[in-house]
Amino acid sequence: MTLDFDAFAILLLLAPFFAALLAPLVAHELGRAAGWVLAIVPAGQVVALYTLLGGVAAGRPATFGIDWVPALDLRLSFYIDGLSLTFALLIAGIGAAIVVYSGAYLAGHPHRGRFMAILLLFMGAMEGLVLSDSIVSLFTFWELTAVTSFLLIGFEHERMAARRAATQALVITGLGGLSLLAGGVLLHLISGTWQISAVASSPTLRQSGWAYPWILGFIVVAAFTKSAQIPFHVWLPNAMEAPTPVSAYLHSATMVQAGVYLLARLSPLLAGTPAWMITLSVFGGATLLWGALIALRQTDLKRMLAHTTVASLGLLTLLLGIGGPQAALAVAAYFVAHALYKGGLFLVVGTLEHGTGTRDLAALGGLRDHMTISFIAAALGALSMFGVPPLLGYLAKEAMFAGASLATPATIVAGAVLVIGNALLGGVALAILIRPFMGALKPTPLPPHEGPLALWIGPVLFGLAGLGVVFAVGAYGETIVGPIASAIAGGKVDPHLGYTVSLASLPFGLSVLTWGLGILAYWQLDRIRAGLIAVERYFTWTADRSFDWLMFGVIRFAGVLTRTLQHGRLELYLVAIFAAVALTLLAPAVMLHLGPAMPALAPLRPQEWGAIALAIAGLAAVVLAPTRLGAIVALGVQGLALGLIFIFLGAPDLGFTQLVIEVLSVVILALVMTRLNLGVRDPRPLEDWLRDGSLALICGGALAVILLRVVESAFDDRLGRFFIENSVVLAHGHNIVNVILVDFRGLDTLGEISVVLTAGIAALALLRRKEPEVPR
Amino acid sequence: MNSLILRTAAPFIVTVMVLFSLAVLLRGHNHPGGGFIGGLIAAAAVAVYGMSHGEAAVRRLLRVDALAWAGIGLLLALASGLVSAVTDDPFLTGHWLPWNLFGTPGLFDIGVYLIVFGALSAILLALEDGEGEA
Repeated sequence: MTLDFDAFAILLLLAPFFAALLAPLVAHELGRAAGWVLAIVPAGQVVALYTLLGGVAAGRPATFGIDWVPALDLRLSFYIDGLSLTFALLIAGIGAAIVVYSGAYLAGHPHRGRFMAILLLFMGAMEGLVLSDSIVSLFTFWELTAVTSFLLIGFEHERMAARRAATQALVITGLGGLSLLAGGVLLHLISGTWQISAVASSPTLRQSGWAYPWILGFIVVAAFTKSAQIPFHVWLPNAMEAPTPVSAYLHSATMVQAGVYLLARLSPLLAGTPAWMITLSVFGGATLLWGALIALRQTDLKRMLAHTTVASLGLLTLLLGIGGPQAALAVAAYFVAHALYKGGLFLVVGTLEHGTGTRDLAALGGLRDHMTISFIAAALGALSMFGVPPLLGYLAKEAMFAGASLATPATIVAGAVLVIGNALLGGVALAILIRPFMGALKPTPLPPHEGPLALWIGPVLFGLAGLGVVFAVGAYGETIVGPIASAIAGGKVDPHLGYTVSLASLPFGLSVLTWGLGILAYWQLDRIRAGLIAVERYFTWTADRSFDWLMFGVIRFAGVLTRTLQHGRLELYLVAIFAAVALTLLAPAVMLHLGPAMPALAPLRPQEWGAIALAIAGLAAVVLAPTRLGAIVALGVQGLALGLIFIFLGAPDLGFTQLVIEVLSVVILALVMTRLNLGVRDPRPLEDWLRDGSLALICGGALAVILLRVVESAFDDRLGRFFIENSVVLAHGHNIVNVILVDFRGLDTLGEISVVLTAGIAALALLRRKEPEVPR
Repeated sequence: MNSLILRTAAPFIVTVMVLFSLAVLLRGHNHPGGGFIGGLIAAAAVAVYGMSHGEAAVRRLLRVDALAWAGIGLLLALASGLVSAVTDDPFLTGHWLPWNLFGTPGLFDIGVYLIVFGALSAILLALEDGEGEA
C-alpha cells in the first residue's frame, strides 16, 4: 500500500520529465496553444503540492521513497518540509507561468518544441533537487540542472556569446557539482547515512573535528558557484544570453537559488560556527554590494535585473551567515518575495522587448499608456522590490531589519550592509519602474504594443500574489514563512509577520533610511553610472576576463603537458614504461624490507638441468647476437626451454601453450622486422645500451626477488582443492585447467578474449595506417 | 618466401595442423588442450600457409575477414553465457546435454578458439601483406 503511494508520488514528481518527452510533439501539433497545454503538468503539481501545505505547516513533513540500489544503501527518497515545499511550489508555479509565456514568446521559432522540452527537464531536475532527501539523488539532480541550464543558456547556439555563456555556466557550476559530491561523500563517511533528514539532526559532525571544515568548505564552494557569489558570480550576468523566459526562471526561484537552498538545508547541521558566519557574511555582503552597484551601472534592462539577482543572492547568503531564528525568517520572507517580483520583472522586460524591439533603459520611455497591463505588473514587482507596504517585499525587509541591533561592531556592519544593499536595489527598482513607463514616449524600433494574454498573465499573477498577502498575512506567516524558517533554524520559529510598527524602533528607522537612500540612488542614477563607468576604465581586469584567462591557461597547460609526454618516440615510451615497472616492483620490496631468504632448492633432475642450460644459452645469445634476426630466434630458444621446464614440472597445458606462443612470437617478430624495414643490426649508442640494459636487469632482478618472496610464504590450497574436487562433479571435465578457464572462471576468460579481440583490432589499425613513402 | 619444398609441403602441413588444432580444442575438456592452445595452433597454420602461398591465398581460404572469425567467436562465447538467461541462472552458468556429452562450456571454448585464431591471423596476415610490398 505505502509502496503504491510512494511510486505514485514519485511519478508525480517526475511528471515534467515525461512531459518533456512529449513537448516537441505537442509544440508541433498544437501551435500557439502548446504552452497552455504543457503548463497543465506544473500546474497540476502545484495543486498536488498545495494539498501538503497544511500538514507540513503543522510540523508533519511528508516523506516517501523507493529503494534504488539497496546493496549500496541507496534510496530514491524525498522529504517535504516547509523549506522544500515552498521551493517546489514556487518552482512549479513560476514554471507553469514560464511555460505559458515561452509558448507565446517563441511563437514561430523553429526549435520551440526543443526549448520547451529542455525547460520541462530543467523544471523536473529542480524539483527533484529541492525535494531530495538522499545526498546522492540531490547531487544527481544538481548536475542535471547544470546540464539542462547549459542547454537553455546556449539555446541560441548560433551566437558565439550564447555558446560562451553556456560553457562558462557549465564550467563554474560543474566545479561546484564536484565540490558538492566531495562534501556529500565526506558527510556520508562521517554520519554513515545518505539521508539528509537523518544527517541534519546528527550531532556527530562537529564532534569529529577534522571533517567539519572540509565539509563546510566543499558545501560552501558548491553553493557559491551555483548561487553566483563573488568570485564565481560571472556566469550569472552572462547567462542573460538565454531567451528571456529562461532568465526569468533561472534567476528568480530556481537554478541560482539551488545554492541558497543547499546552505539553508544544511544550516541546522553546519551553521553557528565562526567559520560559517564569517565566510557566508563576508562573501554574501560583498556580493550584495557589488551586485547592486553594478546593476545601477547597466543600461540593458535584463543585465540590470541579472545583477540585482546577484545582489539578492548575496543578501540571502549574508542572512544565512548571520543565522538565528530572526535571520531565518528574513531568508524565508525574502526568498518568496524575490522569486515573485524578480520572475515578474524579468517577464515584463521580455514583454517590453517583444512589444518595442528594445530593452535599453535609455531608449524606452512613456509606455504606461501603450502597455498598461505590463506597467501594472511592473509596478507591483518593482514596488515589492523597493519594499513598499503592504507588498511581500515590505514584509521581507521588515523581517530583515527586525533582527538588526547595535550590540556589536559585527551587527552594526551587517546592518549597514543590509541598508545600503537594499537601498541600491530600491534605486534599481525605481529605475525599472519609472524610466520605461513614465515621461514622454520615445521612438522605438517597433510601435509599442501590449503582448498577448500568455505574455502578461504570468507577471500579473506574480504581482497580485505579492499584493494578495495583505488579506492573509497571518496565514502566510503560519503556512509558508514560519515552516521555512523552522527548517533553516532547526527548531520551531514563531512567525510574527504583520503591518504593525512602532515608529520609534530601530527596524522602522532602518526601513525609512533604506527608502530615503533608495530614492537618492534613483535621483542620482545617471551620476552614479557615470562615476562607475569612470572607475571601470581603471579596473579593466574583470572576473570575466580572469575566467577566460584561466580557461586558456588550462588549454595551454594541457598542450604543453601533451607535447612533453606524447613526444612520439617509441623507445622513450618504452623506457618510461619499464622504468615505472621497475619502480613498482622495487619500491614495495625496499620499503617493506621484503628481501627473501636464500631458497632451499630441491635437487634437479638431469633433464631439468638441461632445460635451464638451454634457457641460459638462449639468453646469452639474445644479448650477444650480431643481428636482429639472430636475437629474435635466440629469444625463441629461451622461451622453448621455459616451456620444457613447465612440462617437466607437470604442467602440460602451460608448457604446450608456451611452446606454440614462442613459435608464433618468433614468426610475428620476424615479420614485424621486415615490415618496419628495420636494419639487420641494432645500432644503439653505448649510453642507450647501458640505459636499456640496466633497466632490463633491474626489472628482471626485482621480479625474481618478489617471486622468491611470494613462494616463501605459506601456500593456501583451498581454492585448488575446490577445483580438484569439483571439476568432474560440477563441470563434467577432467582437465582442471580447461574447466577453470571455460567454466569456473568463465567470466574472467570472457574479459580476456574480449581484450584479445580488441588488441587484434588495434594492431590491425596500426598496421593498415598509410604511411608516406620514405625515400631510402 | 620462394621455396619449392615449402610450397609443396605446405598444404599437407597446414591440413595436419588445422586438424590437430581441432582435435586439441575438442579433447581439451578432459585432456591437455583447449580453445586457447587450439586457436594458437590454427593461427600458426595460417602463418605457414601465408609464408608459402602468400596472404591473398589465405584470405581466400578463410572466406570472411579474419577479424570476423574473431567476432563470431566472441558472439558465440556470449551466446553460451546467455543460455542461462532462459533458465534464470547467473550469467555463464554451465548447461549440459543429456549424459553430459556436450555443454555450454564447450561452446564457450569454441568461441575462445575462434577469437584467438581470428585475432592472431588478422595480425599475421596484415604483417605478411606488408612484406610483399617492401
